[in-house]
Amino acid sequence: MAAFLAIIRRDLRLALRQGSDSLMVVMFFVLTVVLFPFGVGPETGVLERIAAGVLWVTALLASMLSLDRLFQADYEDGSLDLITLSPVPLSLLVMGKVAAHWLTTGLPLLLAAPVLAVLLHLNQDGFLILIVAMLLGTPTLSLIGAVGAALVLGARRGGVLLSLLVLPLYIPVLVFGVSAVDAAVMGFEVRAQLLVLSAMLLSALALCPWAAASALRQAVE
Amino acid sequence: MTDTLIPPAVPPAAAAPLFEGRGLTCIRGDRVVFTDLSFSLAPGQALLLLGPNGSGKSSLLRLMAGLLHPARGDVLWDDESIFSDREGHGARARYIGHQDAIKPVLTVRENIAFWVRQWQPERSAAQADAQVEAAVARFEMARLLDVPGKMLSAGQKRRTNLSRLFAAPAPLWLLDEPTTALDRASVAVLEQAIAAHRAAGGMVVLSTHIDVALPGAQEFHMDRFAPRNRYDWDDETDGAED
Repeated sequence: MAAFLAIIRRDLRLALRQGSDSLMVVMFFVLTVVLFPFGVGPETGVLERIAAGVLWVTALLASMLSLDRLFQADYEDGSLDLITLSPVPLSLLVMGKVAAHWLTTGLPLLLAAPVLAVLLHLNQDGFLILIVAMLLGTPTLSLIGAVGAALVLGARRGGVLLSLLVLPLYIPVLVFGVSAVDAAVMGFEVRAQLLVLSAMLLSALALCPWAAASALRQAVE
Repeated sequence: MTDTLIPPAVPPAAAAPLFEGRGLTCIRGDRVVFTDLSFSLAPGQALLLLGPNGSGKSSLLRLMAGLLHPARGDVLWDDESIFSDREGHGARARYIGHQDAIKPVLTVRENIAFWVRQWQPERSAAQADAQVEAAVARFEMARLLDVPGKMLSAGQKRRTNLSRLFAAPAPLWLLDEPTTALDRASVAVLEQAIAAHRAAGGMVVLSTHIDVALPGAQEFHMDRFAPRNRYDWDDETDGAED
């Protein structure tokens, strides 16, 4: 547990001192969402209708932006060799790195989302559910992304390859995330969607660190 | 060739051998780097790897660390394959590779303290910090403790990296050209540290291009284990994993 916390603390410290990455992710999120009113016009009805979808799709893209840095820096400077040789199970350390990644990218997205929802005229009934759904959905994105990031280590043009690998796997989160918000706006029950999002989070939590750890062992060979 | 035990190339010392490699074959890409390499290392012993670039020194060290899988053969600690207990092997082996694994934005203290927390999670933060300070003092790095990694010279980075060996002791040291970028004084410190480590029952495997004083060490000239021709191993790959 101490080792798990130590790797979170280290990655947070690295992110804070280098700064740019998580700021860039939030800026990308904000700017892309702001483009939509310009693109589709400022009619309240249109924006309100697409708000949930726009927020989720941009959040997916934004969280993917920083994924290729998740293991890349450790891979390049040799830290990854030592991490895979740690006496602590590698999947636990992967989970620590994913937790740090979520805290530096997923959490800022979560905080920015309600502000942008106002901009897109999202119905007030959807706000709370949007936050809850993103709270359940964004960690899943980080977990799935970690597997992709571990798989493309060492590949040239890894960033592009990573999006091709990971985006299709993001679709279920997108579907249920958007439908939860839409249902809330239309006054329907959202329990089912939130339960499915939780189920996806739990299965990702069980499978992804293990899969990413195996991919990392391949990468350092 | 059958899968029976291949006798170690070097006869084991009187003490029971602890760390062994049996009939190791290493393949990188489509190239056979070395075949049929066996070693055996008892407490207090050292193994010196010599040979030209590309002769497999680094590959052998990575095999010993458990980063690479052998195409044939196995690496054993007390008769148990290191690949069946990776975490256990991680606790007893310290691998120093070509790269220094120093984060540019973390200070020397933070860089080493992180690894102490990995290797000895049961220690308190204060204990870990004391261990870090004692470790860097051996390489006369104490005044650089709070300097970020990006300000260090190549030699200072290497010394920081080597300080990890002292910060969290472990019986097996795997050092891949540890003297790179070190000045003479630091090489002497390293030699003394290795001698003290061996006197305390530790084991050292070291690859080098320059003279490092390792009294009584076994020497492996890696070109001896190079395949005689590249088709030598063709009929032996059936047992290959990976």
